[in-house]
Amino acid sequence: MTDQVAQISYPSEERGLSTKHREWLAGYLFVLPDALGLFIFLGVPMVLSLVIGFFEVDGFGGYRFVGLANYQRMMRDPLFWQAARVTALYAILLVPLLFVCGLGLALLVQKSNRFNSVIRSMFFAPHVVSLVVVALVWQLMSVDKIGILSRLMSALGLPGVSLLGDPNLALLAVVAVSLWFLMGYYMLIFLGGLQDIPVQYYEAAEIDGAGPVQRFWYITLPLLKPTSFFVLMISMVAAVAGAQAFDIIYVMTKGGPANSTAVLIIYIYQQAFGFGAFGYAAAMASILVAALVLMTAILFLFTRGGRFEHA
Amino acid sequence: MPRPHFFAPSQARLLQFVWMAVSAVLAAMTLFPLFWMVSIAFKTPAESFSPNMIPAAPTWQNFIYVLTEVPFLRYMFNSFIVSATVTVVALLFHSMAGYALARLRFPGREAIFLAIFSTLLVSLPVIIVPLFIVVKTLGMLNSYAGLIVPAIFNAFGIFLLRQYYLSLPRELEEAAVIDGAGYWRIYWSVVLPLSRPILAALTILFFLANWNSFLWPLTITADQNLWVVQVGIANFQSQYSAAWNYMMAASTIVALPMLILFVIFQRQIMESIKTSGLK
Repeated sequence: MTDQVAQISYPSEERGLSTKHREWLAGYLFVLPDALGLFIFLGVPMVLSLVIGFFEVDGFGGYRFVGLANYQRMMRDPLFWQAARVTALYAILLVPLLFVCGLGLALLVQKSNRFNSVIRSMFFAPHVVSLVVVALVWQLMSVDKIGILSRLMSALGLPGVSLLGDPNLALLAVVAVSLWFLMGYYMLIFLGGLQDIPVQYYEAAEIDGAGPVQRFWYITLPLLKPTSFFVLMISMVAAVAGAQAFDIIYVMTKGGPANSTAVLIIYIYQQAFGFGAFGYAAAMASILVAALVLMTAILFLFTRGGRFEHA
Repeated sequence: MPRPHFFAPSQARLLQFVWMAVSAVLAAMTLFPLFWMVSIAFKTPAESFSPNMIPAAPTWQNFIYVLTEVPFLRYMFNSFIVSATVTVVALLFHSMAGYALARLRFPGREAIFLAIFSTLLVSLPVIIVPLFIVVKTLGMLNSYAGLIVPAIFNAFGIFLLRQYYLSLPRELEEAAVIDGAGYWRIYWSVVLPLSRPILAALTILFFLANWNSFLWPLTITADQNLWVVQVGIANFQSQYSAAWNYMMAASTIVALPMLILFVIFQRQIMESIKTSGLK
């Protein structure tokens, strides 16, 4: 109604102003539910994490300011350093493996035909099963002596190997399970990237007599840079944060044997929900976040931002 | 002009055959653990660890035990309620936000989008402790609200929907504007129907993610009546540590609906993940 009145007095200008403000209001209202939710359940916890790190929290929810005590404790805590080492090792093993396997599988099934679409689904299938179930199944297969994997190892001339009982092997087992779960996902991400490379480049290279290896090296890899950057970044963040590792380790090894699979997130969880040391756990989580931010920044610098614009 | 080929035709055919064989073998190896799970689920306890794939005396006993002796149906019910509610509410909120961020002009839009986008780097494990404290302060510990509400908000969905809306032609909305429709009507009767394909894909992805989630439900539910299947199954393990036949039956019941869902919607699921990479 007001529009009509306004239209009569000052046709274009007044009306433009009011529709503009209506659009503003609509924009804010449409964004509000998600913005508010993200603020409460992501923003606040992020800030809170930093704050709680300077407090000691007792079992009754009482907070006592302790300054840097939690951080000092961390420096002296051999289990924290052990967990940091295990986390780094897990990420260093998993990220390159995921990259190679994801890209390898993508190249293997790149051609679009019915056969490949079935194969793709088979590679991706583990990803739709929950990590709890995944961990249980692999744990069952790794049971000493009688599990199917242990039997296979014996048949291959490695009798008496305890996959989950040997501190030197348990982390490798966790990496292998993570790889099995994730490789189909990264295969799809790489397939998406490969799809965007214009066919003409390959045709031109073929006419020039370039072989498959050369085509991969001089066309596929360079043009796949944005996808590669994306894959490296999200796989690294997920590995360090323990996005998959937590569920797998919680079910398969509980961090054992001899803390050999106790990644930071498992140790943080134990401290918080096992011992009620919320302050200490939050301090460790802050360090983890700092490490994540630092790594992302380094990756950005190295790849000059992965050149998002050209994706 | 015939294109020169790197391989002779006969070589190429052989290469293609080897290529397919390698793919098939690798794919079969990938699926093996899942077949093994189903196989053990049908085996008797005595046969649990025999290396044969096909059970000598297949039995439904394990399934019957799990469904009758353990409150497993209750866990499934909880998982379903939580996953379905989160999915529906999340899709509504995310499509609203995605539409506004893609189409409506208002001050601070880019800043809001950037803030939302940056939360993509924050994963649940690193904020689990403070999130627990926030949810506890809101009095949502040990409740369906505690299971559902924090799981709704996730930047991934907003981001994908915004990208989708950016790629939609504006003409249809403009027609609605000329007809004098308000923003809510444009969103509800023009934009939402147009986003059916991506909403379908996201429905499956969200439901899957929530059905499979473990860490958050584990952290905030102590009451066994509120347990979701993943927590129930993990607890099963500490209770019946050697009864692998029961555990695999339970695992099969939990995993099978998702595998079936995947087989039915594989094209949509895989397409939406493929495009989520970097665009």
